[in-house]
Amino acid sequence: MSGGALPAARRDWLPVLLVPALALLALPFIPSLPTWVTLTVAGLAMGMMIFIMASGLTLVFGLMDVMNFAHGAFISIGAYAAVSVLIPMKAMMQADSLATNLTAIAPAILAAMAVGGLLGWFFERVLIRPVYGDHLKQILVTMGGLIVAEQAIHVVWGPDIIPVPRPVSVGGAFTFGDIAVEKYRVLAVVVGLGVFATMALVLNRTRLGLLIRAGVENPEMVESLGYRIRRLFIGVFVAGSALAGLGGAMWAMYQETVFAGMGMQLMVLIFIVIIIGGMGSVTGCFIGALLVGLVANYTGFIAPKLALGSNILLMVLVLLWRPRGLYAIGKS
Amino acid sequence: MPEALLSLAGVNTHIGQYHILHGVDLNVPQSGLTMLLGRNGAGKTTALRTVMGLWRASAGSIRLGDNEIHQRATPDIARLGIAYVPENMGIFAGLTVRENLLLAAREHVMDEKRLAWIFELFPAMKKFWNGLAGNLSGGQKQMLAISRAVIERRKLMLIDEPTKGLAPAIITAMIEAFKELKRDSTLLVVEQNFHFARSLGDYVAVMDSGRIVYAGRMAELAADESLQQRLLGLSLDSHQ
Repeated sequence: MSGGALPAARRDWLPVLLVPALALLALPFIPSLPTWVTLTVAGLAMGMMIFIMASGLTLVFGLMDVMNFAHGAFISIGAYAAVSVLIPMKAMMQADSLATNLTAIAPAILAAMAVGGLLGWFFERVLIRPVYGDHLKQILVTMGGLIVAEQAIHVVWGPDIIPVPRPVSVGGAFTFGDIAVEKYRVLAVVVGLGVFATMALVLNRTRLGLLIRAGVENPEMVESLGYRIRRLFIGVFVAGSALAGLGGAMWAMYQETVFAGMGMQLMVLIFIVIIIGGMGSVTGCFIGALLVGLVANYTGFIAPKLALGSNILLMVLVLLWRPRGLYAIGKS
Repeated sequence: MPEALLSLAGVNTHIGQYHILHGVDLNVPQSGLTMLLGRNGAGKTTALRTVMGLWRASAGSIRLGDNEIHQRATPDIARLGIAYVPENMGIFAGLTVRENLLLAAREHVMDEKRLAWIFELFPAMKKFWNGLAGNLSGGQKQMLAISRAVIERRKLMLIDEPTKGLAPAIITAMIEAFKELKRDSTLLVVEQNFHFARSLGDYVAVMDSGRIVYAGRMAELAADESLQQRLLGLSLDSHQ
């Protein structure tokens, strides 16, 4: 047996430090502090919304080894479900009262999550279950599912872009001297932090979380210990799909429009975030999403022509440093 | 021989297009330790995985006591009281030693006496209680895998090559630990280390080409060099 005591479970803080480091690195390239603050908050808000959408998918990949391109459908349909609830309540959204606004937002968010979750359950049962263990078929089947879902959106909601009303109480901006911070972005940061804190709490402090973390590493061994991992799979898949619905609804209110292809459009960023974070890692996904959000906003301002490829470049740099992502999961 | 706790009769297993087990007949007596020996590729690991339901038997019967288990799902088989330690140990590297053991305690509560017994068997588990399992040495990982299997009393333990890749000093410590484990549960152990097998085995079964070609008491096999040569191609004495 070896001699010295091992350290207690140590947290690897280096990837976490990348976020403030990136923000500080961008500072000299931005002409004024208020602009830097605006861009940073915008980047963090964008990152939080991407995290909400991506967090479920990274767990699904880690736990079930499923390449689910249909996740984009859960985002789009979740957004449309929210919009279907919000539009009839437009007057409540325009009211100058937070409580009245929330009366409209809460059912819209719940609808987005419920529809996203239900759709996820349906996709898992009908499309994905027959192709477990076969990545090529998973890609084909889930891409097909995404295309069918997009066409279904055209049939149900029509082909046009639908404007989404943003609640008055989260419209406008907080101003601190020359610095203006959009209220909706602050809300996105708060919701994103809430989702991350809840996930971290569930994963690290509950038996369910212990099972999920173990299942991500070695599902076969979890079964050999007497746990029915299939039920866990379905639960995580449905929860991940519901989060995609929530993210879709928030993104729709952020962009103030909704269209059928929004999910597919976001999937590129979501996959980059998952790969950067380390497939299956929620913490990695969180850091990756913040990095992607910040890089997109900073490059969009400093060098707009580079904006399109900046996240790919970020992914390449991270993978050169850590080839399995920021927080690699030791899969068996 | 005592009554069998685990019985395999005519078990066939296919993995994809490959036919691995060709009618395995094996009885694991209640209490004591049965060693499953054989050359590489004989089907020993497949036999253990088939018992656990990780690979499905295409024909035959597998009984644990009075229960027919060959059509059951792995979690149901585990809940009947079988613990499994795979060849790769199957520890959860991203979890702490404590979390690995906690996961194996079905009611999520570890029995203090049992834990004290485990700490006595494997002091490293106490020492690295809150350390990540992935940071343990190979021998410590094996100790953790076995500790996890015994955190609650099980009827039967299936252990696949517990000495694989371990240093001789650790194998000696393992032999002492297994002597204790034998008193607690029935064990079926796949092993390549003949010294380890002879030191611990009460019964032995030898596999070749997906079949059991010999079954009996370990003492009889250990005493018969020509039988060892015929079955295993080696003498036990040459491996001490």
